[in-house]
Amino acid sequence: MANLSSVDLLDADIAGVGARTLEPSVGDYIALLKPRVMSLVVFTGFVGLYLAPGHLHPFLAAVAVLCIAVGAGAAGAINMWYDRDIDAVMKRTRERPLPSGRMAPGDALGFGCVLAAASVVVMGLAVNWIAAALLAGTIAFYILVYTMWLKRRTPQNIVIGGAAGAFPPMVGWAAVTGDVGAASLILFALIFFWTPPHFWALSLYRTGDYARAGVPMMPVVAGARETKKQMLLYTVVLWPIALAPAFLGLTGLVYGVVALALSALFTLTAIRVCYDDGDASAKRMFAFSILYLFLLYAVMVVDRAPGLAGGVGTLLGSAG
Amino acid sequence: MDMVSATDDRARRVRAKNRALLAVLVALVALFYAITIVRMGH
Repeated sequence: MANLSSVDLLDADIAGVGARTLEPSVGDYIALLKPRVMSLVVFTGFVGLYLAPGHLHPFLAAVAVLCIAVGAGAAGAINMWYDRDIDAVMKRTRERPLPSGRMAPGDALGFGCVLAAASVVVMGLAVNWIAAALLAGTIAFYILVYTMWLKRRTPQNIVIGGAAGAFPPMVGWAAVTGDVGAASLILFALIFFWTPPHFWALSLYRTGDYARAGVPMMPVVAGARETKKQMLLYTVVLWPIALAPAFLGLTGLVYGVVALALSALFTLTAIRVCYDDGDASAKRMFAFSILYLFLLYAVMVVDRAPGLAGGVGTLLGSAG
Repeated sequence: MDMVSATDDRARRVRAKNRALLAVLVALVALFYAITIVRMGH
């Protein structure tokens, strides 16, 4: 648990920790699943499933996506159980079901564990056990490696921990193929290298919150200037990774052009953050980062839709 | 009055939670049934 001062804990008490636990509503259980995070996870998982070579019965594909969603939600619930002390001192999270006292911690932990086990077992029985093992690994990584080990210990927490959010497209891919293909590693890398600039943009304008909670996010430990420099660097590293699906023939020319434009815009937003001492540009970059990843993955799907198929590699090959 | 409304609110939440749980259990049964049918047809 974080090293919280007595003032922080007093604040937490005022926020509701230690208050009478009410009967949680269905909405509180849904909030435990972090629906907004879940939506991006589900979408990237679906894209992995869609791009993978091979065939999976549409119903089983839907079950696979459902399992990814439930698994992600379960990890979110267990994360909220473990982080309830720091959630209580952060403005952004103090109204969550646990710090606000609307739910008992044990209920959240039990809910998360049951969902985690159910998602893995159903994935194994309905789809295949490789995808189930990957899903189990993703949940375990998010809880054990990111939440319990790295988050409160190192400013690199989100860099390494970001892998948890990058696994879903690989799970989707494995659901179809039964293995982890090299192409699915690109889908993984795209989210892995996108996570630090995305999350640091948020933490730039929430530095006070993280400092109060004792979470060593990059802006808290290294300062805003160093964080902005690293964010810019990550957006540059993302260029070849974002373009790789087109050059490897996983997608087509349309995707390649869109990826190039979006990567340029992402780097541009990072440059603007570097020259802005206020929060406005960081907020814009955070919002754009979500759009960036969503659009990249959406265009991958559109590009593979019937009538638009054929990667840049194929195109170059036929031209030669 | 306040205590009565608090008890009512609690009862309402418990009822909603029980109904949600029932819906989840029914959905699980239907899901396993459908998975079995689809996999047997493969």
